[in-house]
Amino acid sequence: MLNVRDLTKSYRTSGEQLAVLRGINLTLAAGESVALTGESGSGKSTLLHLIAGLDNADSGQIILDGDLVSAMSDNERAAMRRDRLGLVFQQFNLIPSLPVADNLAFQARIAGRHDAAWQDELVQRLGLSALLDRYPEQISGGQQQRVAIGRALAIKPLVLLADEPTGNLDEKTADDVLKLVRELVVQAGCSFLMVTHSARLAKTLDRQVHLSSGLIA
Amino acid sequence: MRRQVWILAVLLSHWKRHRTQLATLLVGLISATALWSGVQALNQQARNSYDRAAATFSGGSTAMLIGRNSPTFPQQLFVDLRRANWLVSPVIEGRVRINGRSYRLLGIEPLTLPESAGIAPAAAQVQLESFLTPPGRTFVGPETLIDLKAREGISPLVEGGISLPPLVLQDQLAPGVLLVDIGIAQKILKMPGQISRLLIGTESAGNRKPLEAIVGDRLQRIEAGEPGDLDRLTRSFHLNLTAFGLLSFFVGLFIVHSAIGLALEQRLPTFRTLRACGVSATSLTVFLIVELVSLAIVSGIVGLLCGYVIASLLLPDVSASLRGLYGAQIPGQLSLRPEWWIAGLGMSVLGALLAAANGLVRVYRMPVLAAAQPFAWQETQQRWLKRQGAVAALVVVVALGVLHFGDSLASGFAVLAALLLAAALGLPVILGLVLWLGQRGAKRPMAKWFWADSRQQLSGLSLALMALLLALAVNVGVGTMVQSFSKTFSTWLDDRLAAEVYFNAVNDAQAQEIVAWLRQRPEVEAILPAWRTDVTMDGLPVEILGFADHATYRERWPLLESEPDVWNKVRQGSAALFSEQLARRLKLSIGNRVSVPTPNGSWQVEVAGIYPDYGNPKGQIGVDIDALSARWPDTTRTRFGLRVVPERVAGLIVALRDKFSLDGGRLVDQTTLKAESTRIFNRTFAVTSALNAFTLGVAGIALLTSLLTLANSRLPQLAPLWALGVTRRKLAAVELLKTMSVAFLTALLALPVGLLVAWCLVAVVNVKAFGWRLPLYIFPFQLLELLAVAMFAALIASLIPILKLLKVQPITLAKIFADER
Repeated sequence: MLNVRDLTKSYRTSGEQLAVLRGINLTLAAGESVALTGESGSGKSTLLHLIAGLDNADSGQIILDGDLVSAMSDNERAAMRRDRLGLVFQQFNLIPSLPVADNLAFQARIAGRHDAAWQDELVQRLGLSALLDRYPEQISGGQQQRVAIGRALAIKPLVLLADEPTGNLDEKTADDVLKLVRELVVQAGCSFLMVTHSARLAKTLDRQVHLSSGLIA
Repeated sequence: MRRQVWILAVLLSHWKRHRTQLATLLVGLISATALWSGVQALNQQARNSYDRAAATFSGGSTAMLIGRNSPTFPQQLFVDLRRANWLVSPVIEGRVRINGRSYRLLGIEPLTLPESAGIAPAAAQVQLESFLTPPGRTFVGPETLIDLKAREGISPLVEGGISLPPLVLQDQLAPGVLLVDIGIAQKILKMPGQISRLLIGTESAGNRKPLEAIVGDRLQRIEAGEPGDLDRLTRSFHLNLTAFGLLSFFVGLFIVHSAIGLALEQRLPTFRTLRACGVSATSLTVFLIVELVSLAIVSGIVGLLCGYVIASLLLPDVSASLRGLYGAQIPGQLSLRPEWWIAGLGMSVLGALLAAANGLVRVYRMPVLAAAQPFAWQETQQRWLKRQGAVAALVVVVALGVLHFGDSLASGFAVLAALLLAAALGLPVILGLVLWLGQRGAKRPMAKWFWADSRQQLSGLSLALMALLLALAVNVGVGTMVQSFSKTFSTWLDDRLAAEVYFNAVNDAQAQEIVAWLRQRPEVEAILPAWRTDVTMDGLPVEILGFADHATYRERWPLLESEPDVWNKVRQGSAALFSEQLARRLKLSIGNRVSVPTPNGSWQVEVAGIYPDYGNPKGQIGVDIDALSARWPDTTRTRFGLRVVPERVAGLIVALRDKFSLDGGRLVDQTTLKAESTRIFNRTFAVTSALNAFTLGVAGIALLTSLLTLANSRLPQLAPLWALGVTRRKLAAVELLKTMSVAFLTALLALPVGLLVAWCLVAVVNVKAFGWRLPLYIFPFQLLELLAVAMFAALIASLIPILKLLKVQPITLAKIFADER
């Protein structure tokens, strides 16, 4: 489903070249759940951004469902994110001017894949029924993250990419949210790649990949 | 399609949640469009009238022949040219008075009129028989029919005793024009055998001799499409209007730029989410443009309606100015062409895109991940503001270059524009420097925060402050110029209108009769003839004014420059006085010799003096009355000024009116004449002053909207201070002080910039536009008044956000910290 080969990425800071990823190889099978762990600055988020086509790699290949991501134009990458990926960030990134219902449906609508029954199920499973008319600023952080997860899963993506999705939540809420995500990922039939600091949460997924100084340990 | 609708819906949903910001944007676009289109409506209305006038007497679309040295020439030349195979058609033109009002009488010969001569003459050809056969017809436009208080079929009586042929309505005719057969016109105008111009047909006439071989150098050919008198004379007036309209438009765009910049900044997280959800940079930019264009079209329509109202309000003043200064007749009812509506909407859309261009390019180029860092935007903006200082310095250099090398009205406006642009660009840099110095000097924590926070706010406020600076500077500039003008004009008028009574007899015989009668009146101290005739010099209309050698002129006639023995030289007939605008146009200076065309050949005169002649679009040459009579023996000798014992003026006026039936148009006392001249002059600047006030109002709105928009993003800065124990009342007071401080600094900077603008208007623009230069006076009270108005505007603009801050609930401030989890 997802194949990353010899991926490198470096940034220039204060006049120095800083290598963040130094030849990453990673495979994610269909339906597989993988936790990407590592200390701060190890390159976890950078790897996720490169896979999502949010940034360009220096070298190496990212192949998603047979398509070479690194060779795609900006428009093609946008279409890939829209149609095949679900993204969840630590900061939720909801659209503040839209109510919860529209935030949930947004990506599925622009992908032309809105499935009312599936969305209703997501609403029920995520416990958002009473919040549909509220705006993001009117609900709690945990609720906002559930909306973000619902939005990402509404298109039944090939891969759900999550960057510290529970980083802003307390332990109990984090456990509940992740349990729900795992169930929904299975139900949606997609692969799941999650960046996390938490070894405890990482262990709940099928496999753990540890990054250290830009390399897979 | 549904995808596009969804993306657009997301973008538009921002405005639903930020209605103040939307209002700001719309107000900016509406103000910009309204002021611009209002001015354009006035210009278009005036130009339509000129076109109608040109179509009537065939100035624009047909080539013509005019007298080289005199306004009329013998009809025999027409006969000679027709015999020589020239397809020319004669026109006579003059002014007649009906019921005390002056009208332009135009005589044509419909049988020979070329097809290109215009709509009205074409109408004469359609009704050829009735036009040519007695009693003939008088074609008039609808406005003229109303002015005459007559209906079709009536034959109005012209002063002097002759009746016009029956009136016939002709819609396309210009206001104030009476169109009759040339024979009738020559009779009414008492110009038998004379014609004003010959229209040249475009039809082929086979072989024909060159013009010079038939008429010598007596006629001058004017090609089709060359500007007519009105078009040329009023061009400066309309350019002034356009310049102020454009300034108002740009001040409006400052609001738009400010609103769009903040809206884009606030929506960065949304853009990032949209991009993350699969909306490409191209799509996002296109949708932002669609959103902007939609808003611009809606605001453009409202702006056009407001522009129509503004134009309707200003039209009477513009109309009066153009009539007073140039004799142009502008109908009082606005009638606008479809192009005006389309152009107005186009300006609104283009203005919005121009104001948003920078932001749109940044959105398009911004990488998805960088969009997650709102600070990157601010940092970029800070860097951009720093570069402004360098650009401002460059613009100053360009302005100095244009000032040195430029020699046209356009270059004058370019200097003015560059000056204003440099000041606007330099303002944030200067304010930043002042605030930085304040921060360095501050000791107490609250004072340090005051300066530091003011600096941080500067980028958000700078555009509104720039708009305020521009509006204030232009107000100071135009206000100073108008006041200087007013002061100079008043003194000049006192000197120029020295006689207590002026009269213009119906004809020479009546004039002699009146003069003989006046000589018997003990209260009349002097009878001063002031006869005039018209010539053309270097293609320009010039009036020759003959006056008697009298102490009144020697002592009071205002002279800018003169030779030591100026009056004796003029008396001898070897020298003349030249009006300032004519001297500038012909590049004359004292001592130069000039060839003045007369019916009997050229007259070489020396430039002995140059005098101001404010408000006269024509050039003027003052000569001795005897010299005028000798060189132009056919000049009408009907105009006189009378020196009268002041307390007996009223009695003399009554006696003259009763004895010689002279109405208000022919007999006027000095006080009335001065009042009328001052009124015309003041109305000339009434439009400019009104636009100035509008511009200041728009700048006030810009400040208000910027403060309102900023107010929402101020809470995160203020909440920590509140949490540390600073009361909301004190926070509000500090916020007010900050806004007032930067507004005060801006207003202070606007004063010197405004005085520079005034200098530029007086020394550069007016000289190019009207041909005269004024002394520049500074009016400290006026400057203080404007400073107070600016501070009041800033106070009003600050009040709403401050009141909102005072009323903000503690829970709202506490939520700032909750949102940071």
